[in-house]
Amino acid sequence: MPANRLDAMSSPEAIDTPSPVQLLSPTGDVVDSAAADEFRPYVDALGDDQLRALHRDMVLTRRFDREAAALARQGQLALWVPSHGQEGAQVGLAHATRPQDHLFPSYREHAVALARGVDPVDILRLLRGHTHGGWNPADHQNFHVYTLVIGSQTLHATGFAMGLGLDGKSGTGDPEVDQAVVTFFGDGATSQGDVSEALVFAASFRTPELFFLQNNQWAISVPVARQSRTPLVARAGGFGIPGTQVDGNDVLASYAVSRRDLEAARSGGGPRFIEALTYRIGAHTSSDDPTKYRTDDELQSWIARDPITRFEAFLRGRGESDAFFADLEAEGDDLGADVRRRTVGLPNPDRGLIFDHVYSEPHPLMTEQKQWLATYEQSFGAAGDTASTDGGAA
Amino acid sequence: MTDTVENVTPATDETRASVRSMPLGKAITAGLRQAMADDPRVLLMGEDIGTLGGVFRVTEGLQAEFGDKRVIDTPLAESGIVGTAIGLAMGGFRPVCEIQFDGFIYPGFDQITSQLAKMTNRHEGAVTMPVVIRVPYGGHIGAVEHHQESPEAYFAHTAGLRVVSPSTPHDAYWMIQEAIRSNDPVMFFEPKSRYWPKGEVDLSDPQAPLHASRVVRTGTEVTLLGHGAMVSVLLQAAEIAAAEGVSAEVVDLRSLSPVDYGPILESVRKTGRLVVAQEAPGFVSVGSEIAATVAEKAFYSLEAPVLRVSGFDAPFPPAKLETQYLPDADRVLEAVDRALAY
Repeated sequence: MPANRLDAMSSPEAIDTPSPVQLLSPTGDVVDSAAADEFRPYVDALGDDQLRALHRDMVLTRRFDREAAALARQGQLALWVPSHGQEGAQVGLAHATRPQDHLFPSYREHAVALARGVDPVDILRLLRGHTHGGWNPADHQNFHVYTLVIGSQTLHATGFAMGLGLDGKSGTGDPEVDQAVVTFFGDGATSQGDVSEALVFAASFRTPELFFLQNNQWAISVPVARQSRTPLVARAGGFGIPGTQVDGNDVLASYAVSRRDLEAARSGGGPRFIEALTYRIGAHTSSDDPTKYRTDDELQSWIARDPITRFEAFLRGRGESDAFFADLEAEGDDLGADVRRRTVGLPNPDRGLIFDHVYSEPHPLMTEQKQWLATYEQSFGAAGDTASTDGGAA
Repeated sequence: MTDTVENVTPATDETRASVRSMPLGKAITAGLRQAMADDPRVLLMGEDIGTLGGVFRVTEGLQAEFGDKRVIDTPLAESGIVGTAIGLAMGGFRPVCEIQFDGFIYPGFDQITSQLAKMTNRHEGAVTMPVVIRVPYGGHIGAVEHHQESPEAYFAHTAGLRVVSPSTPHDAYWMIQEAIRSNDPVMFFEPKSRYWPKGEVDLSDPQAPLHASRVVRTGTEVTLLGHGAMVSVLLQAAEIAAAEGVSAEVVDLRSLSPVDYGPILESVRKTGRLVVAQEAPGFVSVGSEIAATVAEKAFYSLEAPVLRVSGFDAPFPPAKLETQYLPDADRVLEAVDRALAY
C-alpha cells in the first residue's frame, strides 16, 4: 500500500498486468500456452500466400510511413501521423475482417486503410491540406474516413452497428452475408466520454461490433498510467462486453483473436473488445518530440519487440526465401517513389470545395459567398486564380 | 398571373375536414406519426420517449404504434444519442433525436457541431446526414435551471446545420415533416411554452416551405420580427399598438438558418422600421445577425436603427424572475416607441 495519495498517483505498480494472448514470441518462435492453443486453429488455416500477405502489408505500410514522414520533413505535408510499430495489430485485424464489414478508424490506421484499398495518396491529401476526408467509404470496402476528434468515431460505429441490427444484417447464419463493424481507438481515447457512451450503447443494443483498442502506451506525451488505473481491457467487462488483451506486435495473435471476435459479433453474439498492446515507435505526429517525455530504454525495449522483425524471423524459420524479402523491399521502394511523385504533383483543390458540400441541398449563403469570392478574385485578374498547381503545401 | 376558375380551390366539405384544431405539441406528434408512416427508415430516439412518450409527451403513443425498433429509448447520454444517430444515418436511416431540454444539449455539442454538421462536407458530398434534432426550448414554464434556455444561436452559427423553429401548430405539423425529409441535419427548436395552446392545422396544405419567413400580420409603420414563442408576443404587441393607433407588421422568422430575407426586407422597405425580438440573450445572437444584415441591405429604407428586444445577457434566472427576464409585449412596445421617435 503506498504511503500517501501522491505515491498512489505515480505508482505504475498499481496497474495489474494481465497476460496477453501471444502466438509468436518477440524472436519469432511459436509460443506454447493454453491461450495459444485456443487460437492456433485460426492461424493453422492460413496458407503460405496468406502468411506472406500479412508480412507484405506490414512492410509496405512501414515503407509508406517512412516516405510520408520524409515528405512532412520536406514541407510537402502539413503534418504526418506515423503508424510505425503498430503494423502488427492493424494488419492482423485487417485480415480478420470481411469485405462487407464496416471499419471506423481514428487517424493512425494506415495499414488498415491500405488493406481496404485506400490509395495512400488519399491519406496524404488529408495531411497536405487538400481535403478533410479523402475517399468515399462505399468505394473502399467500407473503410470510413479518419476522425480527428478523439473517440468521436466510436459512436458513429456504434450507431452504424445498431442499424445493422435493425436491418437484420448480422446474425442471419450466413457468414457471406453477416456484417460487423470495427471501431478503432487508442489508450488516450478511453478517457473520452464518447468512448464510454459507445460502449454503453453497444452493450445495451447488443451491436455486431468490435472495439479495437490499440494501446500504444502514449497519448502524445501522457502515459497510459494517467488514463487508467486498471488495465484497459478490464474496462470492457464493466460495460458487460467480453474483452481480450493481445500482444499487438504479434500479427498472428491480432489476427486470430480478431477473427474469433468478429465471427462472434457477426453471428449475433453482441459486441467484443480487444486491447492490442503495442507501441508508437515514432512521434505522435511530425510536430512532436518524444525524447522530451519518454526514455530511450523504453523505446529500445519496444523496438526489440518489433512486429515486422518478429514475423520475418517466423517466416524465415518456415523456409521463406531471401527472394521474397528482397522483392518486397523493391516493391516498397516503388510504392514510396510513386507516392512521392503523385503527392508533390497534386493540384490544389478548387475554391468550390469551400462551399460546395457544406449542405447537400442549396443554401443561399453558400451560393452568395461562393459567387462573391469568385468575383473578388477575378477583380485581381489571372493572378487570383487559386486553382493553379503550385505544388507547395503548408 | 390571373386566377382562373379552375385555380380557385372551392371550400368543399373535404378541405374543411382537413383542418383540425390541436396544440403545437400534439401537432408535432401528428407530424412525426405521418413521417414515420410515409418512410420506414424514419426512427425516433431519445431519453424517455418510448413508454413514457417523452417528458412533454410529444412522442406519446408512437412506440405502441410503431414498435420499440423505431421509437428507441436510449441510454441517458446526449453525445451518445447524436453520435449514434450519425452512424444510423450513414446506414440509410433518418433518425429524429429528442433532446429532453434545451440546457441538456451541451453534452452533445461536439457530436452536433464537429461531427453531424461537418460530415457531408468532410465526405465532399458522398455521405448525407438526414438527422433531425428536436429541442424543446425557451422560458415561460417556471422550471429550474437548464430547462428554460434558448441556445439556438450556437447552432445557427455552425455551418452545415439547418435551424428552424415553428410558432404555430400548423407550422409544427408541416415543418417537422419537412425537416425529416431534408437530407441535411436540421435543428428543430420547439417553443415549449407554446406546446399546449391549440390552433388550426390544415392537414392538406403546408402553405410555406421549411425555410421561408412569413408575414403573419400586415401593418405599415413598423415591422416586428421573431420566432417560436416570441411570435405570439409580437402579435399581442401589434394588437395593443393598433389600439394605440400604430400599425405594426409581424413577420414569423420560422427558419433561423438559412434566414429567408425576402419577406423581411420587403416588409422593412415598406415600414422603414424593424424591431427584432427573441428570448435568447441579445449578444452575438440570431437577432443581432439579422439586424446587421437588414441595416446593410435596406439602409436607405430605414427611418430608425434596427432595435433588438432580447433576454438579458445573463444566465436564465430562477423562475420567479423569468417575467422580468423574458421580453413581453410591453418590452416590444417600448422598442416600437423608440423606433417611431426617430
